[in-house]
Amino acid sequence: MKNRVIHWFKFSSPQSFYYLAGKMWPWFAALATVLLVVGLWISFFVAPVDAQQGQGYRIIFVHVPASQMSMLIYLVMAAWAGLGLTFNTRLSGMMASALAPTGALFAFLSLVTGALWGKPMWGAWWVWDARLTSTLILLFLYLGFMALHASIDDPRRADRASAVLALVGAVNVPIIYFSVKWWNTLHQGASVSMKGSSMASTMLTGMLIMVVAFWMYAIAIALVRVRNIILDRERHTEWVKHAVA
Amino acid sequence: MTTSPTLTLSKLSCTKGGRQLFKDLDCTLQAGCWLYVAGANGVGKTSLLRMLCGLAQVESGEILWNNTPIAAQHDSYRQDLCYLGHLNALQESMSVQENLMFTSALGGVALAEQKAKSVLERFGLRGRSQQLVRHLSQGQKRRVALSRLALSPARLWVLDEPYVAMDEAGIQMLSDLIASHLDKGGLAVLTSHQRVPVGAHPAQLLELKAP
Amino acid sequence: MTTAPNTLGAGAVMLAVIKREIALGLRQKGEVLTPLVFFMVIASLFPLGVGAESSLLLRMAPGVLWVSALLAAMLSLQRMFATDYADGSLEQMVLSPTPLGLLVLAKALAHFLLSGVPLVLMAPVLGLQFGLDGRALGILMLSLLLGTPTLSLIGSIGAALTLGVRGAGVLLSLLILPLYIPVLIFGAGAVEADAAGLGFGGHISLLSALLVLSLFFSPMATAAALRISLE
Repeated sequence: MKNRVIHWFKFSSPQSFYYLAGKMWPWFAALATVLLVVGLWISFFVAPVDAQQGQGYRIIFVHVPASQMSMLIYLVMAAWAGLGLTFNTRLSGMMASALAPTGALFAFLSLVTGALWGKPMWGAWWVWDARLTSTLILLFLYLGFMALHASIDDPRRADRASAVLALVGAVNVPIIYFSVKWWNTLHQGASVSMKGSSMASTMLTGMLIMVVAFWMYAIAIALVRVRNIILDRERHTEWVKHAVA
Repeated sequence: MTTSPTLTLSKLSCTKGGRQLFKDLDCTLQAGCWLYVAGANGVGKTSLLRMLCGLAQVESGEILWNNTPIAAQHDSYRQDLCYLGHLNALQESMSVQENLMFTSALGGVALAEQKAKSVLERFGLRGRSQQLVRHLSQGQKRRVALSRLALSPARLWVLDEPYVAMDEAGIQMLSDLIASHLDKGGLAVLTSHQRVPVGAHPAQLLELKAP
Repeated sequence: MTTAPNTLGAGAVMLAVIKREIALGLRQKGEVLTPLVFFMVIASLFPLGVGAESSLLLRMAPGVLWVSALLAAMLSLQRMFATDYADGSLEQMVLSPTPLGLLVLAKALAHFLLSGVPLVLMAPVLGLQFGLDGRALGILMLSLLLGTPTLSLIGSIGAALTLGVRGAGVLLSLLILPLYIPVLIFGAGAVEADAAGLGFGGHISLLSALLVLSLFFSPMATAAALRISLE
């Protein structure tokens, strides 16, 4: 029975996590590729043409999953940050730093696809839709996190300062989202969404597959990035000198 | 409240910028004694003192005040602690008196004007209580920082290179101040590049060397 | 344990902090007045940029005045901790037996008194330039009165995080502005909603809620950030 207990704390040392991540990421990358192909195939060939929005709506299969992932990654990043502050582990801060660029990328992707969706609908490249505006603010939060981390020289202090920022941001995300929604409804703003159309089940399946595909991609890329961060931070230790030799 | 406090360092280690500064430090300091932390530049003396104050995080090991870890008694430990670092903690745009009253208030004690004046006089700063700090010389500013020490009810003094920028008279004043503090049953932890005797009290030596 | 007769309670220590900040502010008048002038200048830039057509100015007034006030409040955030950090006083505050969160709260309150209140008092003067009527000016002042303390409290987190960091001024703005957005939306929205006949009660209650939330949570975050910056 004792052998079945996984000692999670063993993996909290950068050295063991480096090798664990090295084994795991190819699997996630493979899963991501497969799901991405399936998802895109469904979105472009299987899902029916929408009655109101025509072919243009298909961008929803990238826009909505990207939007959700950017939000989810922020929360995961904040969770790692919280762990790092509570338990004072080096690895948690590294994971948060590894996730940030990917989260920012998804936020940016969501904004670009939102613009591409909005153009045929509203004739303009940008509309102040509640979700687009909230995602824009989320992108600012990501950029702020990365900027703060980059401007502090000492890596430990950088990790801990950006961790506090991530947690403060995470608490504020629901407040910001609510206030932007309030602002949007009061000002009778434009909306980039599927309002007024019912979602066929194939559409939902397609979106779900894309969400999982993005998720796998995010994990894979975060694992690769954290390995690089580990090598960089621990470069003075023996095992790193051995690993890169 | 114990009448005879002790400071204990237990298996203290410190890493900074990837370098191990010191490892498994053990030491006990009794009431009425002072600890002289010696070592070359960059060996970690300031880091150790900041750990003692709770300003720097303890990586591994424990610091105990009266046999209780300081992490478990934040507020009461700080009541008993007075730290003098490289900076004087004096606001340039305010007068000497205002500064002393503020730092005293931070320590939880209301300072009477008369008491402030008498302490300043003791340190050769008579008549300067209303003067703005920016008009004082380096040495005089250091002496104001010393007055802060003298006015503090703390029993543990942590002093990081306190003799820097002091003339002979100032050095003597500080040594006498520490000696009388120790006589009253206080403790002191000191780093300095100058070996200055403190009254009749022998130094307890803690030598920091890179492992 | 008997307390000595001249022991100070937490409230008295907080008061000492506030008094010190205000005394410093009065002695360094330039630092306190510059953001106020900045407020006036920014607010005046908008009509110069978009034209002085009165109905347009009236429509944009709440937003313009709120954004200008927000930026002016942000300008003065750096002085909250920077001088104390440089001369070692901040270390002494962290080492004080009084909980750091309370000292931070006192500092934020002092910041509001020195920078927020002047903005509240100056706003109606600028509001007249935009053609706002008495009622709208009153609501604007109320929204600023409830909003600027929140700006000081949230701002203190940013000020603490960027202590001694390269490019602290601009970085502070980047970090804090997204967090200021809800306050901006509800603050400017209060005046607009009232003008549209929807009443300002909802916005004002939301502003008050934000104030209460930040009163409770930002001192904790700021204290944590200060300790990290002092390591």
